[in-house]
Amino acid sequence: MPKLEQTQSTLLISKPVEEIKEGKPKVIRKKYRNPQHMHPAANAIISVLLGILAFTCIFPFIYVIIISFTSEESIVRNGFQLIPKEWSLDAYHYLWGMKESFFRSYGVTIFITIIGTIISVFMITFYAYAISRPQFKYRRFFTFLAFFTMLFSGGLVPTYIVVTQFLHLKNSVWALILPLAMNAFYIIIMRTFFLKSVSESILESARIDGASEWRIFFQIIFPLSLPGIATIALFSTLGYWNDWFTALLYIDNPNLVPLQALLMKIEANLEFMRKNMDVAIMQTSLFDTIPQESAKMAMVVIATLPIAVSYPFFQKYFISGLTIGGVKE
Amino acid sequence: MKRILSDLYKNRVWLLMVLPGTIWLLLFSYLPMFGQVLAFKKFRIDPDGFFASVMNSEWVGFDNFKYLFSTNDAWIITRNTILYNLVFIILGLVTAVATAILLSELINKRLSKVYQTSILFPHFISWVIGSYFVFTFLSTEHGLLNHILGWLHVDPISWYSESKYWPFILVFMSMWKGVGYGSIVYLASIVGIDRTYYEAAMIDGASKWKQIKHVTLPMLKPLMIILTIMNIGRIFNSDFGLFYQVPRDSGALYGVTNVIDTFVYRGLMNLGDIGMSTAAGLYQSAVGFILVIITNYIVRKVDEESALF
Repeated sequence: MPKLEQTQSTLLISKPVEEIKEGKPKVIRKKYRNPQHMHPAANAIISVLLGILAFTCIFPFIYVIIISFTSEESIVRNGFQLIPKEWSLDAYHYLWGMKESFFRSYGVTIFITIIGTIISVFMITFYAYAISRPQFKYRRFFTFLAFFTMLFSGGLVPTYIVVTQFLHLKNSVWALILPLAMNAFYIIIMRTFFLKSVSESILESARIDGASEWRIFFQIIFPLSLPGIATIALFSTLGYWNDWFTALLYIDNPNLVPLQALLMKIEANLEFMRKNMDVAIMQTSLFDTIPQESAKMAMVVIATLPIAVSYPFFQKYFISGLTIGGVKE
Repeated sequence: MKRILSDLYKNRVWLLMVLPGTIWLLLFSYLPMFGQVLAFKKFRIDPDGFFASVMNSEWVGFDNFKYLFSTNDAWIITRNTILYNLVFIILGLVTAVATAILLSELINKRLSKVYQTSILFPHFISWVIGSYFVFTFLSTEHGLLNHILGWLHVDPISWYSESKYWPFILVFMSMWKGVGYGSIVYLASIVGIDRTYYEAAMIDGASKWKQIKHVTLPMLKPLMIILTIMNIGRIFNSDFGLFYQVPRDSGALYGVTNVIDTFVYRGLMNLGDIGMSTAAGLYQSAVGFILVIITNYIVRKVDEESALF
């Protein structure tokens, strides 16, 4: 007997009708559509439409990868082609030549991402946990203290003056870490998470057993709240990795420029050089040997690759973060 | 007095927990809020430090605001900020809801997951990277669009100096980056809709279209209203990277790309006009504050559960 197609959906009904004609078994399968599903034609159209949308979202990255492997000559002659006339690894060779400044930027980014994420996770979870505890007498005051910063901001200029002239953080690695370390929104999300997921009864029994609040926090709350903490850590990691704004404001020292800001700066420098090219004809001969367009794209590829390969895996934490909780009590 | 001290002592664990965060909030949020008084002063750096600088700067009343609003800039940046945000809110809502519904209706769930992952990709990318993506299309010499125009025997366009195209480019890029996030928020809500509603609708002979119109959309309505109202509350704030990085800070485009955030930034970093840019920032914060309060009031009227406070 021929195997029938098995489908997981309980509602999908396939009716096999076996007829025997002239001694040969012949299976006529009449397949009924799942009534909850769309018409197959509509489904096909929608698949194509969404496919185009999905492709539009990732195509620029693929395009940039292609350009980064195009020879500079080919770019100058034919522009950025989808299928280049001439492939080349020159851009990556060239970047390898500048590896010192490039790796330093990579190092700065990795450093601020790791240290920043650790600091912000601890500051946010401590704060959020304390204001979620009914035993904490001043929880309302501290909730408001955090919440009010979501309503009224200090603005760019006063913040800039405080950071540079009061904290003296200009050209310090802390200028890249501290301004992004807290965020009232994350505090409120985490507080909601603690209110929902930590039951007072567990804490009571721990307290009766004589555990201190700190021990309770590290041995009970922390493991229990790992999904929420992972979400905050993820938001924070992305924030640090993608940050260029604080560097734009506070960093002039080339040794402290994070990756994203380096990309921005290289762009500015190359633009500057290009603009002055007509005047300084001397440099033109030099430019023939520098794969500047493809090198820029190669840098974009290298800066984006860690996110592009890892985000499909952490996507689920990200989505769970959206549903973790409203901002409300 | 004694009671206060004993209260503080009793809460010492919790106070210690909020201490690092409180110090951060005071330094990075409340001190700048106090610094907003510079909008009414003529800033002069005092050798005795930050507080002396702020306190000893001369009061000038509303001069900074008068100067700000006497220029054409104040009008342009306000118009740009509000108009762009209005378009982003409306188009963002439509694209996000439409994408979410289509994703939820796809029969092949695995394909739907793959699509979701792809659509979410731009959300994780910084605008610096995004501006390079745009550059590959719009570069005057090498870009894909001018290449295509070449095939069509149309003269190449100098995209980064022609402001008339930029409203469309910026709107497109904003949608490109935002549609994934938006649709996933709505998709999470669609997944949560009780299937029995659809079964009941089908028994009554409702087509798929009718089911979407009479079940899905009404079920999403509260979320749509809340998110839209919240976005309206933030209508005075804009995505700095989109307006600064994507047009590559091109001066020829300022007329259509300058928003309050970029104006404040340029006022501070390029002109060094602390008084005027603080005034512009305070204008943004104050109007934003009022808008949030008003919209939250409206949300409370519509659906108390969803109100922010």
